[in-house]
Amino acid sequence: MKNIITIGLLFSIAIVLLVTACSGSSDDKKQVAGKEENKTIDPMQDKGIGPVESISLPGLIDQTMAVLGDTLFINKCTACHKIYKRKIGPPLVGVTKRRAPEWIMNMILNPDEMVMKNDAARKLLMEYIAPMANQSLEEHEARALLEYFRSIDADQTSLKEE
Amino acid sequence: MRIAKISIIFLGLSMLMISCGSNNGNGATGGALQGNIAAKTYVAPGEKDEFYAFISGGFSGQLAVHGLPSGRLFKVIPVFSVDGEKAYGFNEETKPMLNTSFGFIPWGDSHHPDLSQTNGIIDGRWCFINENNTPRVARIDLTTFETVEIIELPNSAGNHSSPYVTDNTEYVVAGTRFGVPVPQRDMPIDDYKGNFKGALSFIKVDPEDGGMNIEFQVLMPGFDYDKAHPGRGKSHGWMFFTTYNAEEANTLLEVNASQLDKDFIAAVNWKKAEEYIKQGKFSTMETNYAHNVYDEGTHSATSTMVKEVRVIDPAECPGVVYFMPMPKSPHGCDVDPTGEYIVGSGKLSANVTVHSFTKMMDAIKNEKFDGERYGIPVLNFEDVLAGVVQQPGLGPLHTEFDGKGFAYTSFFISSEVVKWKLGTWEVVDRKPTFYSVGHVMIPGGNSQQPFGKYLLAMNKITKDRFLPTGPEVCQSAQLYDISGDKMQLLLDFPTIGEPHYAAGCPADLIAPNSKKIYKLEDNKHPYVTKSEKATKVVREGNEVHIYMTMIRSHFAPDNIEGVKVGDKVYFHVTNLEQDYDVPHGIAMIGAKTSELLIMPGQTETFTWEPRGPGVWPFYCTDFCSALHQEMQGYVRVSAKDSDIKLSWSLDDE
Repeated sequence: MKNIITIGLLFSIAIVLLVTACSGSSDDKKQVAGKEENKTIDPMQDKGIGPVESISLPGLIDQTMAVLGDTLFINKCTACHKIYKRKIGPPLVGVTKRRAPEWIMNMILNPDEMVMKNDAARKLLMEYIAPMANQSLEEHEARALLEYFRSIDADQTSLKEE
Repeated sequence: MRIAKISIIFLGLSMLMISCGSNNGNGATGGALQGNIAAKTYVAPGEKDEFYAFISGGFSGQLAVHGLPSGRLFKVIPVFSVDGEKAYGFNEETKPMLNTSFGFIPWGDSHHPDLSQTNGIIDGRWCFINENNTPRVARIDLTTFETVEIIELPNSAGNHSSPYVTDNTEYVVAGTRFGVPVPQRDMPIDDYKGNFKGALSFIKVDPEDGGMNIEFQVLMPGFDYDKAHPGRGKSHGWMFFTTYNAEEANTLLEVNASQLDKDFIAAVNWKKAEEYIKQGKFSTMETNYAHNVYDEGTHSATSTMVKEVRVIDPAECPGVVYFMPMPKSPHGCDVDPTGEYIVGSGKLSANVTVHSFTKMMDAIKNEKFDGERYGIPVLNFEDVLAGVVQQPGLGPLHTEFDGKGFAYTSFFISSEVVKWKLGTWEVVDRKPTFYSVGHVMIPGGNSQQPFGKYLLAMNKITKDRFLPTGPEVCQSAQLYDISGDKMQLLLDFPTIGEPHYAAGCPADLIAPNSKKIYKLEDNKHPYVTKSEKATKVVREGNEVHIYMTMIRSHFAPDNIEGVKVGDKVYFHVTNLEQDYDVPHGIAMIGAKTSELLIMPGQTETFTWEPRGPGVWPFYCTDFCSALHQEMQGYVRVSAKDSDIKLSWSLDDE
């Protein structure tokens, strides 16, 4: 009996050693725990993950910026996005009514991390399968794209009001 | 019961070892537990190597990029041979890189990689490498790890003594291992002696962009110029070439080029040569050689034929060349980091002979000559001799230095690396190699500042070292720890082709400058398509040009109609991605060429000549995303006389 206890004890020590020696994945565990919380977040309050923490928007559309955004959209986005129709990714009409401005810019600037860690972005990847491509845009370019999307959504609103 | 306890402890411990996976495998037998050898080469998953090693692919014509100490292979850079994987020499953009005065040559024999230097210290900007068969030198840009320039050498054959970068990358050189008539002409081979020549080319390197240009050639007697090494520090301004076949034999060299007791090291004062050039004391020879340059902006290469070269006759330009006698068909020629010692390894000599730069300069100053050959003064062997390493091994070839006063020489016949002390010439250590070592490489070991932690031995024969693969087996590299008094063998790893020589340096000299993408805005390719909106198909006679884009995971356009049998179809494909590590490929059924493998922001072109009517698919060859299998398209080919109009679309738009 004593022997069995000794053996058991040694074995436990070995296992403890094994686990300690090979751990180093505590970060991963935290993330898993975080995901389990899974609270419903108001998408307009969800700023996403990335370089853009907070921006304030002017009341009126900055037309110069919106025009730049239009050009950028054609060159960098139209391979996968259309405004009024699903292509590879979702249609972008109304995006400024669905998502916080910071979220939109972070999705443009930091898509790899967004689809891994942000619930809303991850759900989009599950739906569309094709990953959002990182087009290596500068922050001011992402801002111009946001202004372009705002200009479209402003037109939509005025159309409806008419 | 005690036995049971002990075995369980042992079981626990061995589980620990196995589950962590860090200490298994690639060391010497029992090394993991005995000397922790495996840990010295273990680079954990996700961790990076400390050094880059650029290992020549030899007769593969390419250059392999490995990490040290792990030996892991990162990339094979195509240089002198076509590469279907990367479309090098297959796509329209890189075909000009392999143009020569003989036309397009699909293969080369690469030999000695060498890294650019500033003040005798490796600066990590470019890697140069020579080609032996069709004499050429290439430059690889170490921000893109691509071959960006290839220059052919006129009046040369067997460019072996090359490229060997000077202290400030002023020059890389190219020699002639096989004496040839200059200019080439029809003449009896028996008239070799006195009539054949060996040109030594000095290729000037632009300090800003690295551009190469043959500044001048020194037209030497027809000995075989085998290896070279620039002077360092105090001997900067000189270039030393070993020569064998001072006998000028033209048949059975195995015997007839081994008659003389001594051949030579040719010491070339290139600064003096520059003075003669400035004074106009050169002749301009008509010739024809290719100079090929790859432009990163247009993603395309151009080949220019150059028609003349400046030539210096050493007999008429005193002070440019001196011969230092060196025993028995010397091969390696290596200068120590201080620039004082010039080590010559006589392949057929039992000793390693070392000459002194100071003594050489004294002898020249006092004009102590022992006659001349073809008007070139010969110095007295004893006057220039610094010392001799007595009988260190059999078949000495090459020497590198650790910067701590020691030299390491490879011995081909006795398969070993021998460590000896500069100045005292005593042998302090020796270790076997497996087998038949050629070059050895210490990162920075041929510069003024060696990083003397590891030595890489490159072997010609592996026989029983790895799992067999039929009659043809790999050649290999072996890594030694040289940080202590005694060398320690750490690792064997297979290499591509023949690992002829290598250049190495700390990774942090290169890795931070490595490009991640090509910016689409900067793409100046004449057939670039920068957005899907700009895609189109244009007919010019029987040529059809498709301006196509690719992004995860579709081509635009992906349906094309109106192509006819007899057309030559150009696919000009631009990768619209601007993210790191998202290349796309494209391959077309029936295209007599390779795939294209296109990096983000890059444009490449392949041609396709459809042979029959039908609907022919193309697809992406590089697994790019979860929808990679969907990345495909069709070209409809109609009969020659069909009136189907040219049209193109993506998703019916």
